[in-house]
Amino acid sequence: MKQSPVRVDHEVIMGWIEKGASVLDLGCGDGELLSRLIEEKQVHAQGIEISEQAIHHCVARGLSVFQEDIDTGLAVYADKSFDYVILNQTFQQVKKPDFVLKEALRVGKRAIVGFPNFVHYRARFQLFFGGKVPVTPALPYEWYDTPNLHFLSIADFKEYCKKRDICIESSAFIGRNRRVKLFPNLFAEIGLFLLSK
Amino acid sequence: MTLESGEKLGPITLAYETYGEPNQQRSNAILVVHALSGDAHVARLHKGDPTPGWWENLVGSGKGLDTNKYFVICSNVIGGCKGSTGPSSINPKTGRPYGLDFPIITIGDMVNAQRRLIDHLGIEKLLTVIGGSMGGMEVLQWMVAYPDRIRSAIPIATTMKHTPQQIAFNEVGRQAVMGDPNWKRGHYYGSAVPAKGLAVARMIGHITYMSDVSMAEKFGRRVKSDKEPHKFAAEFEVEGYLRYRGDNFVKRFDANSYLYITKAIDYFNILNGKKLNDIFKGLKAKVLVIAFKSDWLYPAYQSQEIVKACKLAGVDTTYCEINSSYGHDAFLLEVEEETLLIKHFLNTVTNGNKSGAQQT
Repeated sequence: MKQSPVRVDHEVIMGWIEKGASVLDLGCGDGELLSRLIEEKQVHAQGIEISEQAIHHCVARGLSVFQEDIDTGLAVYADKSFDYVILNQTFQQVKKPDFVLKEALRVGKRAIVGFPNFVHYRARFQLFFGGKVPVTPALPYEWYDTPNLHFLSIADFKEYCKKRDICIESSAFIGRNRRVKLFPNLFAEIGLFLLSK
Repeated sequence: MTLESGEKLGPITLAYETYGEPNQQRSNAILVVHALSGDAHVARLHKGDPTPGWWENLVGSGKGLDTNKYFVICSNVIGGCKGSTGPSSINPKTGRPYGLDFPIITIGDMVNAQRRLIDHLGIEKLLTVIGGSMGGMEVLQWMVAYPDRIRSAIPIATTMKHTPQQIAFNEVGRQAVMGDPNWKRGHYYGSAVPAKGLAVARMIGHITYMSDVSMAEKFGRRVKSDKEPHKFAAEFEVEGYLRYRGDNFVKRFDANSYLYITKAIDYFNILNGKKLNDIFKGLKAKVLVIAFKSDWLYPAYQSQEIVKACKLAGVDTTYCEINSSYGHDAFLLEVEEETLLIKHFLNTVTNGNKSGAQQT
């Protein structure tokens, strides 16, 4: 589900989270990120994941995970129960991203959101010249078989945060396995944001 | 022993079996608790037994509950008829079987008796307590009554309390037993047992343990070739199966025990007036909750309620909903998935708490 091979995105997230923090990872997949956070940052970790197979992997890693649908919400958690709530590569896959992020910012002091940039230049080329929905390393799925339900750009997300009064504390942009500083909306395949409300 | 009802019962016998060896610190003990009709014989083939233990594929050398590593204890319940004190035991006051003079027992009473067994075995803290269905209720009871005596808990395919639908199925079963003329208000010992009533009760039980899909797969609408030549003989395979299961159950189970235990299950309500937020407050044990997608007797939403209560209390919890078509029976059949989860979960419990409790 999460495709970047060297996981520069994980490096970025590791850098944002301080030692001993409490972390809720929404759509934690096989638990790779949570395991690293526990090893290197000694965080208190909890994952939520919808796939039974992924849950088995998480349990094998010694993680605590709930098999749940994050679209149904985080109602049971009190406000600010976690230091960080992570939505890495799941944000564009949930049915109601607006609602899920609102909930993430309620139960977390901060939220970390990562998603593929739909208007990366390669995607633009394919769309413009090929006249076809792009298939790129960050958007590897065919239109008929993709878990991605929402297609957004880095610019879209920034505008959205402004509209919702969400504070972008930090951001990072990733191209082909490296950080992108210049024109991220054009050259970044992945956008990562550290948010607070 | 003083029961939750205030009545006294004693002396009490509690049947149990152990597998594997306790380590020096006696920190590797696992208590397995069984469902409605189970017994202490959880694994291996005993001499003279036609079948191995009821969770044979989970308990043993190299299995999910690895008897090379763990000291596995399986305890029967009081009120039962498998070696523990129950309505078919001799009442010391009369010298005859208790029958309906046996006091009402609860899941709490069963667990209180098990705690004495654990004391007797010199175990301060169980590595885990695990069970499905009614066994899962006992696990929840351990979590609430003796939180300091367990390092982890694994409730499977269970509920914090029965819904009216679940009580209703049990009541139909009890009515079948009590409507049998041989039941004689529970004093049938020494004469014909209420076989028909108990068999019908078990047939209803078996319907609720399977799923629509698993029954269709197992029986279809196939008919038996060796059908007896009279009207309403067991013609469909499913009829034959249920009759066989019912008749077989009568040979191994006491009708009064069936009444007492199903009533204990119906009375069980772990909340007992407490709020969901408070029920597991302060519990340090790690919890693994397992449910099965096609289980309509103990549907997954009931396990999710347990998970919710754990979350509210900040208990370190993992929840997995195993995809299975077997219905409630899945907890005895989907052993491969259970084994993976349980093995790794127990490793984590043994090697310290990697992920730490969540903050709430």
